[in-house]
Amino acid sequence: MPEGRDRARPRRRGGAGGRWGSWGSPRSGNGGGALRAPDGTAVPVHAPRPPAALHPGAWWLWALALGTAATRTTNPLLLTLLIATSAYVVAVRRPHTPWSRSYGAFVKLAAAVILIRLAFAVVLGSPIPGAHTVLTLPEVPLPDWAQGIRLGGRVTAEALTFALYDALRLAALLICVGAANALANPSRLLKSLPGALYEMGVAVVVALTFAPHLIADVRRLRAARRLRGRPDKGVRGLLQVGLPVLEGALERSVALAAAMDARGYGRTAAVPPAVRRTTAALTLGGLLGVCAGTYGLLTAEGGSYGVPVLLAGVAAALAGLWLGGRRTLRTRYRPDAWDARAWLVTASGAAVAALLTLAASRDPAALNPGVVPLVAPTLPLWPAAAVLIGLLPAFLTPAPETPHTRKEPTT
Amino acid sequence: MIRFENVSVTYDGSPEPAVQGVDFEVPEGELVLLVGPSGVGKSTVLGAVSGLVPHFTGGTLHGRVTVAGRDTRTHKPRELADVVGTVGQDPLSHFVTDTVEDELAYGMESLGLAPDVMRRRVEETLDLLGLAGLRDRPLATLSGGQQQRVAIGSVLTPHPRVLVLDEPTSALDPAAAEEVLAVLQRLVHDLGTTVLMAEHRLERVVQYADRVALLPGPGERPRLGTPPEVMAVSPVHPPVVALGRLAGWSPLPLTVRDARRRAGGLRDRLAGHEPHRAGPAPASAPPVKRRFPRARAGDTTAPAPVAEVRSLSVRRDRVQALRGVDLTVTAGETIALMGRNGAGKSTLLGALVGLVAPSAGSVRTGGAVPHRTRPRDLVRRVGLVPQEPRDLLYADTVAAECAAADRDAEAAPGTCRALLTKLLPSVADDVHPRDLSEGQRLTLALAVVLTARPPLLLLDEPTRGLDYAAKARLVTILRELAAEGHAIVMATHDVELAAELAHRVVLLAEGEVIADGPSAEVVVASPSFAPQVAKILAPQAWLTVSEVREALDR
Repeated sequence: MPEGRDRARPRRRGGAGGRWGSWGSPRSGNGGGALRAPDGTAVPVHAPRPPAALHPGAWWLWALALGTAATRTTNPLLLTLLIATSAYVVAVRRPHTPWSRSYGAFVKLAAAVILIRLAFAVVLGSPIPGAHTVLTLPEVPLPDWAQGIRLGGRVTAEALTFALYDALRLAALLICVGAANALANPSRLLKSLPGALYEMGVAVVVALTFAPHLIADVRRLRAARRLRGRPDKGVRGLLQVGLPVLEGALERSVALAAAMDARGYGRTAAVPPAVRRTTAALTLGGLLGVCAGTYGLLTAEGGSYGVPVLLAGVAAALAGLWLGGRRTLRTRYRPDAWDARAWLVTASGAAVAALLTLAASRDPAALNPGVVPLVAPTLPLWPAAAVLIGLLPAFLTPAPETPHTRKEPTT
Repeated sequence: MIRFENVSVTYDGSPEPAVQGVDFEVPEGELVLLVGPSGVGKSTVLGAVSGLVPHFTGGTLHGRVTVAGRDTRTHKPRELADVVGTVGQDPLSHFVTDTVEDELAYGMESLGLAPDVMRRRVEETLDLLGLAGLRDRPLATLSGGQQQRVAIGSVLTPHPRVLVLDEPTSALDPAAAEEVLAVLQRLVHDLGTTVLMAEHRLERVVQYADRVALLPGPGERPRLGTPPEVMAVSPVHPPVVALGRLAGWSPLPLTVRDARRRAGGLRDRLAGHEPHRAGPAPASAPPVKRRFPRARAGDTTAPAPVAEVRSLSVRRDRVQALRGVDLTVTAGETIALMGRNGAGKSTLLGALVGLVAPSAGSVRTGGAVPHRTRPRDLVRRVGLVPQEPRDLLYADTVAAECAAADRDAEAAPGTCRALLTKLLPSVADDVHPRDLSEGQRLTLALAVVLTARPPLLLLDEPTRGLDYAAKARLVTILRELAAEGHAIVMATHDVELAAELAHRVVLLAEGEVIADGPSAEVVVASPSFAPQVAKILAPQAWLTVSEVREALDR
């Protein structure tokens, strides 16, 4: 009986095991019962699972589209609305995971961008002509060779407003990227890579999980400095733990490599030499084609052959990737499905970007309010309505699970 | 299933083989326990099964190891991944992905199993290991026991025929260890998996073993036999075996149940005796609530507590780590902090040494508020040996480490080295701290901390990874320190250590103190925290083999 079930699966490819029969459960009585179903296909019964999470790619496309929309306008009201839209979606749909805390870091970065931009406008002045002087800094005389650079001098309200609008646009873009980071697990996104690029994806995932470990190590070792009676604050303390931290990181990577090796990482299928050579030829040829095609596109005389060579190159490279994927035996466990919701989320982002682009060409004055003369920006009605389409994911996607109340630290 | 044929392993750059003459076979469906003191090559033998030795570690392997008919010489670890599952000591270094479900699937993905098979096996394994409620949780937020179960689950999903485990329970609290062992038991009995496991905490595992392979010393041939045979001669053995040897029982009992059946005579002989326990130097003061403020620090008439914790609460990362904890530590007293993983033991130690700032309540160590005191002044009041003693050691050699410790503590040059020589006579000056054994490193860290002569000494999980000999040495050292008037607070899962050393046991759960009293009372009353001797000789209140031995000699 234990044997029958696995053998009955026609699509099974692995050579492993298949000897184990019905597993009961020490905890949940019904788990074992369901497994003993006669047809052998039953899966343990669980409490109804919340609907599957959205494809991470959809979140990224949505956020990048909002970012694109942000680049179309300098209207501070529209930009603020855009930031508020993405922040609302993050607030209601962010999962309770360590990586989703990165949103705060992005917001701080955006604030820093605005402050730095304003500081530059104050210190270095601005080419924007203005009549409303806010304050006058003493101007530092600079030698002849530094002509065109001004240090200090008049600071006008127009220049400050211009700098603020400009910085707000960049900040909105950054916050949109932060939203994508918070909403979608970056390592799940990498899981969607094609098979041939899988190893690259693993490297990135390992690096991503490595950073938190490194920070934890630094904290632990700085705490240990305190135990030795040395100051645990300041730059010097940080520098002195550098070597032990690197040592620990190295040891951990060796241990991880051993664990991955023992768990079958890097097993490859035997591929006939002909296929191998074809893969190499296609990939190399494809890359060459891409180079030649790009060159053709960029030079004046190559306009005729540029596009077809580029396309052929891309096609060959993709075929190479696909063929190379045959060498890896890997399969995917529950790949994220690109479902209707993913389409809708992506579409809502794309709609915002498209409508704002359209608005920017139709009514540039409303989307880029002038600073000379200084006027209060107005909220253009229909672009603002378009931005609100970006709120759709907050209602389309499933709510994140409630957080566990007590985090259990290791010993 | 696993066959060693005259195997010896020599690592590059070492003159002696790490193990030699390993020649035995593990039949299918057996649980074989590998025992021996530290540094005899247990991990090397385990690594040879999964092929990591020598493919990954380097070195030369003579002889032949075959697993399920595959020669590890011609098969790399990744080609053995479908027959051997390996779990190491530290589950965190084993994880490749970041959530429970993905981690369980990772091995199968590498082997290329079909998606529907993977899905089914993940669900089965979640149930088998009781992880169903944790399936979407990030691995970093799990407790130690949960992580270890996920690590075992992650190698179970490809259905390996052999499971290799290196100290799977040494970092776990007693309850979590029982969980993990129950799972192993089930795998062996119900599913016929072959298990080869190394473990220092024999009192937890020896009764589950079908056979025991003993590595008596470095480079010596292993001895294979049934658990009672091997335990009769083994230099490492659990308290139940020590008691059996003392009482002359034959065959040796391995479980508390067997021992209790034979213990009638012993209980009669002990009936008239009382365990002789040295109380702490000043009478084991009950945790009296002192109402006077500690402002009169210079006042020497009152027996001032070394540390005083008052309704301490700590919140970290939106988690209430400690809630209303009261604790008074007097000089010469040894306190064991116990409780499951994540109960707040380490946080309490951290608060006593100023690593953690209280969010409510107060902490006073030697009259100072630890988190506001300069580190240089604090080392003379309190010292903590962290869970990983290596964190305390920065220098390249033992001598440099000792010199640095003298400077840090502003002690006379040579203080630390003299302490170290007293604690551990055999350590040379020019050894790199990393090359010391687990027990030696702990002792070095202890010497470094003691250089400043703090009246309060804190230890976090001091016996993790120590064998019985190293543990016995540590017990002697700590007893002497307590006799000299040091107050000692240790967080530990090791019930035998607590029974040996502690005058008082404080049980924590969910960040609250749930029991605080003399060890004999607290520990004997709890089924999971009672040491083996207490269980065997109940209702008499004996805690350790040495107490029984003294009583019989009297």
